[in-house]
Amino acid sequence: MPQALEGSQAIARAVALCRPQVVAAYPITPQTHIVENIAKLVADGALECEYVSVESEHSAASVVLGAAAAGARAYTASASQGILLMGEVLYNIAGLRIPLVLTCANRALSAPLSIWNDQQDSMAVRDAGWIQLYCAGNQEAVDTTIQAFRITQETELPVMVCVDGFTLTHTLEPIELPSQEDVDRFLPPFRFARALDPAQPLSLGTLVSPDWFTEARHSQHGALLAAAANIEAADADWAALTGRAWGGLLEVDGPAAARIGILTLGSISGTLQDARAAWPDLPPVRLLRLRAFRPFPAAALRAACEGLETLVVLERALSPGGGGIVTAELCAALYGLDAAPAVRGFAVGLGGRDVPLETYRRAVAAALAPEGGEFAVLDVDLDKLPEADRYPEAGPCAAPPVDSESSR
Amino acid sequence: MCGAAGRFGVFAMNESGNGTQPGGVDLDALRRRQPRFQGLDGGHRACLGCAQALAARLVLEAAGPDVAVANATGCLEVFTTPWPESAWRVPWLHSLFENAGAVASGMETAFKAQGRAVKVLAFAGDGGTFDIGFQSLSGMIERHHDVLYVCYDNEAYMNTGVQRSSSTPHAAATTTSPAGRERLGKRHLKKDILSIVAAHHMPYAATASVAYPSDLRKKVRRAVAVEGPTFLLIHSPCPLGWGHDGAKSIEVARLAIETGLVPLIELERGELIGAMPIREARPVTDYLKAQARFRHLFVDTPQAHRELEHLQALADHNIEIYGLRGTGPDPRDTASADTVRRGGARWA
Ligand SMILES: Cc1ncc(C[n+]2csc(CCOP(=O)(O)OP(=O)(O)O)c2C)c(N)n1
Ligand code: SF4
Ligand SMILES: [Mg+2]
Repeated sequence: MPQALEGSQAIARAVALCRPQVVAAYPITPQTHIVENIAKLVADGALECEYVSVESEHSAASVVLGAAAAGARAYTASASQGILLMGEVLYNIAGLRIPLVLTCANRALSAPLSIWNDQQDSMAVRDAGWIQLYCAGNQEAVDTTIQAFRITQETELPVMVCVDGFTLTHTLEPIELPSQEDVDRFLPPFRFARALDPAQPLSLGTLVSPDWFTEARHSQHGALLAAAANIEAADADWAALTGRAWGGLLEVDGPAAARIGILTLGSISGTLQDARAAWPDLPPVRLLRLRAFRPFPAAALRAACEGLETLVVLERALSPGGGGIVTAELCAALYGLDAAPAVRGFAVGLGGRDVPLETYRRAVAAALAPEGGEFAVLDVDLDKLPEADRYPEAGPCAAPPVDSESSR
Repeated sequence: MCGAAGRFGVFAMNESGNGTQPGGVDLDALRRRQPRFQGLDGGHRACLGCAQALAARLVLEAAGPDVAVANATGCLEVFTTPWPESAWRVPWLHSLFENAGAVASGMETAFKAQGRAVKVLAFAGDGGTFDIGFQSLSGMIERHHDVLYVCYDNEAYMNTGVQRSSSTPHAAATTTSPAGRERLGKRHLKKDILSIVAAHHMPYAATASVAYPSDLRKKVRRAVAVEGPTFLLIHSPCPLGWGHDGAKSIEVARLAIETGLVPLIELERGELIGAMPIREARPVTDYLKAQARFRHLFVDTPQAHRELEHLQALADHNIEIYGLRGTGPDPRDTASADTVRRGGARWA
């Protein structure tokens, strides 16, 4: 039976169902409710686990690294500045091929200081060598957290489960929590083949010369690519157990006849679905949602673009001076494809800026516009800016005008 | 050193996974037969006379085989593990420069959660301890993890080519505190890390020196027996960085003790419980003259004389506050049983 749970509370309960042996965390908005809930479960005896309250995110990541290397199922969570402070350790965990799970409660990066949601934090560490899964809603966050623990131990790759801060973490929703029996059936006990053990001494984290480093990266890249199969299998097996599947690597939703597609990640996709239902008279739209950003599902994306003339990307981060991050990766994936759709990328919802239903109409209008550049920041109020910063909002591709009567 | 292949960055003692090497040698049996447990094998790439290499070997001799090491980045990490070889005979994990305290915390927590009797050791240089890794060390102690943290103090960042750290003694020349016309080496005092560590309600914190191996081993055994955080600061001459002959490392280390510049002391919960007495204190110049890093002090200028007086005053101060002038047993007495201890008191 569904229970009304705050996203963070639901994620904490999902973590507990996975029987972690070591949890280490440092508080940061909007991740705090997750780790507070876990701490309470431990304090109440509902979760038998070592909870380590560390003195920084750098140490949170280092503690779970050490714990997993010593053979324990380990979990941590963070956001924003905390993810950046962990950055060095995140690369290290991945390079060491240490299996563990981290929840990123996505939040903007300072400066300017913002505690609100965008996805700049997880995008900033996209090259760290972690599997990154983005959730559209809290039921998916629960299910993906459980799947993540299985994926990480199968692949020996760390998994970052990304949930939009506040939009998901602080929102109450009816959630179906799986039973302990189901989770135990789905998730075998943790066993790390390279665990530190005096009877079997291994040296982990050695120095390699240029003779070896290239090969190490080659292996790591291959392992990330191969993890796609584990992500899909985990989702399929979970569906067999609970009846809920979340699209594996890429969720594709919409008619085959659609000529317009919109690609996004995270909770925006729910808004787009609602908007599509609200305006049935607009041209048909195929909604694509990247559930896995790492590994990047290039082949699945190419297949999902079949028949599309234009694909609009709505992403909650950007590379200043470069452009859209997802947009660029999408363009690379489509490069050389016969009849590849035109791509129009927009950064939206930055630093907690609301993403209203109207965004959908603007995306459709951008797709229909005869001209368009590859990337722009959407929704900029030029009047707030000094003269010098009022360069055209959308560069060569002006964002389509808002139909004022339908603004929400 | 042993050689084997495995996952990159992961050196395996053997590939078969059953404790037996391809040649049919049962490692486990071999380990138990050794009169002294040797956790750090020879053949590594340390400079000749590197006291840090000796110190690490002595620590593991006393700590025994049922340990796991978290090693910070630094000389020790680099010279022991040139892939695909490793000199370690104990489980060993190197993560980063500044997180040995936190990685060790995680390892200890995991072993506790699994009910496994493994004593965790953290190894770091002075840079990884006094400076960049200080926060994670402080956190590890505050949370009372059952870890022996060993700082191999060679008084500079040696791995990157002899730069000053907050452990570098006053007036020592390093590449970032060079001696020149205007400056006579490092302008600041060596950080009193032991007092800072002891201020954490520390169950046991001590200094040791490679010149006094039985004292060093005794302190390791004592620390390993404590269930909680313990700290050992081992003064470890670096011939390359200090500028002395590699054959003289022990001599130089002993002079540091005999002059009073490096007091050998033990603190329990911040209280002094033991100090190695100095029968006949020697002038600090005996120690300083032996090393090129202090060479600039031996010129006939008022500044140089003042610095030498200053350093002598620091040594005198140590002798005074720690009551080092003693008539106790000869510190060179090496009578001590070298037993292989497994796991420490908790597991005895
Ligand atoms: C974050 C970070 N900063 C700098 C370095 C470069 N670095 C590696 S080892 C080292 C110095 C190590 O000094 P110490 O801890 O005293 O050990 P030693 O080599 O002297 O034994 C430095 C600066 C690094 N690896 N990581
Ligand atoms: S530089 Fe110094 S500490 Fe490093 S290996 Fe050489 S002697 Fe040892
Ligand atoms: Mg050093």
